[in-house]
Amino acid sequence: MGDDKSVDRRGFLKVAGAGAALAPATALAQKIDPPVQTHEAPARAAMDHAMAMPAPAAAKHDSLDGWLFFNPDEVSFVKAALDTLIPADPTGPGAVEAGCATYMDRQLSGAYGRGARLYMQGPFAEGTPQQGYQLPLTPADLIRAGIADVEAYALATRKARLRDLDAATRAAVLTEVDQGKAQLAHVPAGIWFNQFLNLTMEGYFGDPIYGGNKDKAAWKMIGFPGVPAMYADMIDEFRNKPYTGATRGIQDIA
Amino acid sequence: MATQLKPVDVLLVGYGWTGGILAKELASTGLKILALERGGPRDTSPDFLEPSKDDEIRFAVRHELMQDVSRETLTFRNDSKQTALPMRQLGSFLPGNGVGGAGVHWNGVTWRFSPWDHEAHTRTVEKYGAKIIPEDMHLQDWGVSYDELEPYYDKFEKTCGVSGKAGNLKGQKIDGGNVFEGARTNEYPNPPLKQTQAGAMFDKAARNLGYHPFPAPASNASQPYVNPDGIAYGQCHYCGFCERFGCEANAKASPHFTVMPIAAKNPNFELRTNAAVQKVLLDSTGKKAIGVVYIDARGREFIQPADLVVLSAFALGNVALLLWSGIGKPYDPVTHTGVVGRSYAYQASSGATAFFDEKTYFNNFMGAGALGTNIDDFNGDSYDFAKYGFIGGGGIGASTSGGRPIQGRPTPPGTPRWGLDWKKATARHYLHTANISNQGSNMAHRANYLDLDPTYRDIYGRPLMRMTFNFLDNEAKLMKSLADVCATIGKEMGAERVDARTNPVPYSIVPYQSTHNTGGAVMGDDPRTSVVNKYCQVWDVPNVFVTGACVFPQNAGKNPTGTVGALAYWIADALKDKYLKSPGALVRA
Repeated sequence: MGDDKSVDRRGFLKVAGAGAALAPATALAQKIDPPVQTHEAPARAAMDHAMAMPAPAAAKHDSLDGWLFFNPDEVSFVKAALDTLIPADPTGPGAVEAGCATYMDRQLSGAYGRGARLYMQGPFAEGTPQQGYQLPLTPADLIRAGIADVEAYALATRKARLRDLDAATRAAVLTEVDQGKAQLAHVPAGIWFNQFLNLTMEGYFGDPIYGGNKDKAAWKMIGFPGVPAMYADMIDEFRNKPYTGATRGIQDIA
Repeated sequence: MATQLKPVDVLLVGYGWTGGILAKELASTGLKILALERGGPRDTSPDFLEPSKDDEIRFAVRHELMQDVSRETLTFRNDSKQTALPMRQLGSFLPGNGVGGAGVHWNGVTWRFSPWDHEAHTRTVEKYGAKIIPEDMHLQDWGVSYDELEPYYDKFEKTCGVSGKAGNLKGQKIDGGNVFEGARTNEYPNPPLKQTQAGAMFDKAARNLGYHPFPAPASNASQPYVNPDGIAYGQCHYCGFCERFGCEANAKASPHFTVMPIAAKNPNFELRTNAAVQKVLLDSTGKKAIGVVYIDARGREFIQPADLVVLSAFALGNVALLLWSGIGKPYDPVTHTGVVGRSYAYQASSGATAFFDEKTYFNNFMGAGALGTNIDDFNGDSYDFAKYGFIGGGGIGASTSGGRPIQGRPTPPGTPRWGLDWKKATARHYLHTANISNQGSNMAHRANYLDLDPTYRDIYGRPLMRMTFNFLDNEAKLMKSLADVCATIGKEMGAERVDARTNPVPYSIVPYQSTHNTGGAVMGDDPRTSVVNKYCQVWDVPNVFVTGACVFPQNAGKNPTGTVGALAYWIADALKDKYLKSPGALVRA
């Protein structure tokens, strides 16, 4: 049942009042909620730590390691990119420790990645931005081609793979991709970036059953209590007040 | 080679709210009724049970209950000079699929359109003169008035157990209800839902500004309820997983547990699922429907003869079926003739995001689909829209429909989309932000229409329908003006920062805006400007009737389902009391 009874960290800080917010957040977090203790470490160290350390008890994700879609080079790229998009800090978990790479890997290996629910008949034309996605690429094809493109762009402009760049340079590379300033060999930079960012956010804020949002840490960070949600008797009690109930995911109930 | 099946009396194409209502209402005729639904069956149990039902990725992001556009989609362009391209993935709107249709995954907001909405042309000309209507606008009366529809609005509200508060009971205005609504015969069947913090602050701010706030009418039951058909509703859980989701509590009205179980008791009723109707078949005169062709899950083709065909699919699907079947003359924007596909409209929406201090908790995750506090001071003819330079208006409100974190993470303008500053802003604002929205009307214009695409096809080989649509000057002005009203209310609520916004201009099919697609088969009193008469009977083929928002001549500043449901009951009575007694045209052209 996970940590049903624990008070979520952000909620605790709110309840404890303004003074508590000035106390070292990580110290509080360690007492209340061990899974987010890596916040205090620098981003890369946190990532290495998360990978090297044995899993905390009852973290159901950790029996699910292994890659269904990404090859080892792609895993390195994806983790470097995720660590840049959502680095770990005292506010909340980084995308890597949250499991966004696992989420993305499973999505791309499955029906969604292979283009289910995507109309793929030609002819294909670029169209206007208002006409939406028009590439003859499934999400899996798009992400894979774009990873190779961005890696090549990093090598061409920074003489190193994304994973070997420092945090600031990685952020600069991805900003150029985000803003469409990077000329990529095969895919439109902005479209690739949007897709990568959307998948990141889905993994970060989605139910942990999908492999991301480990320990519901992203939900706890913002104050979303998850599922199942029965507030008929609470909506009056918590009007204009911080909610103090448990944070639960599908696995906690199923 | 198509298999010829035994004839039925009444054939319903599509089994959502309107098909369900007609199946139930026509049971008393003793006629043999068949409903054909392209999607599969589903029910509250086992399909919408906790905890799997509260899965944002599966239902809200990957659209499990929606139309699969790899099979059937449409093409889109902003104007007729562009080449339309396929809507390759869902975005701006989310048509349903399967038994219950969009009635399963709607929010439950259940309005009555105002008397002005139903007679928009006459009442506008009376008040402002004909010159106010731009040359490129199709402003039309519905052919049916609010007073004629009132008993049917009442009936649909009772079916749905709508929670709300009357503001105009038999002409008597009641403070706390919507004083701008048309006169009602009865109070709502259930009291309003609980008010949220956002609703309470909106209420106070709106009153300070001289407006008339009221609880939004919600088909989310505020208490356990048994409707006149004996269907039991549970009390709403305020779970915040309403729009895009089924309801685990049978608290959100849906045809699958209300009208459909009653229809199913009729031994003369049959439902066939996974039956995709391809087109309506006409006899050699082209003036009479003789049945439909459909394809089952295994790809087998069937001819299903019927004496009466009702197109009861989603608005867009009904128009496509008319075009594929050659029923009615397709609209031509160049010669400005023809009717099928004419007057496609949407929802010209805008609003303001109001960011508050960290002591103000909105807890939007405690929500219900239709939970909100609204004003109609800028809707229909509640106000002098001419002064603002456009025709129409919108419903403005603070709604709390949920706090799904993938899709609802407001941050102030200027916040990066990723990185530490993004994360900090997301954590800072998630619980402390209110949304004030305007749901604007959308007048019909010459340039906005539906026809068949010359290039792209669906999995059955049919041409995709082509949507040519943009927000034109009238709607662009409306969105801007009413966004300013939203921002003013947000400031009066005490927000630290208010960010006004409109739907994208030009219209974009990419971001979700609304599934209130209207028009294309509009009702009216003139066959030159409407596809169906006031009873929603096709002028050219009197044994075909059309339901749904495709019959709206223009769209109001309100959610359409209340009116769609009322019209379905209205059509049922027209069939029972008039058409079936003496089949033929109910209105002389």
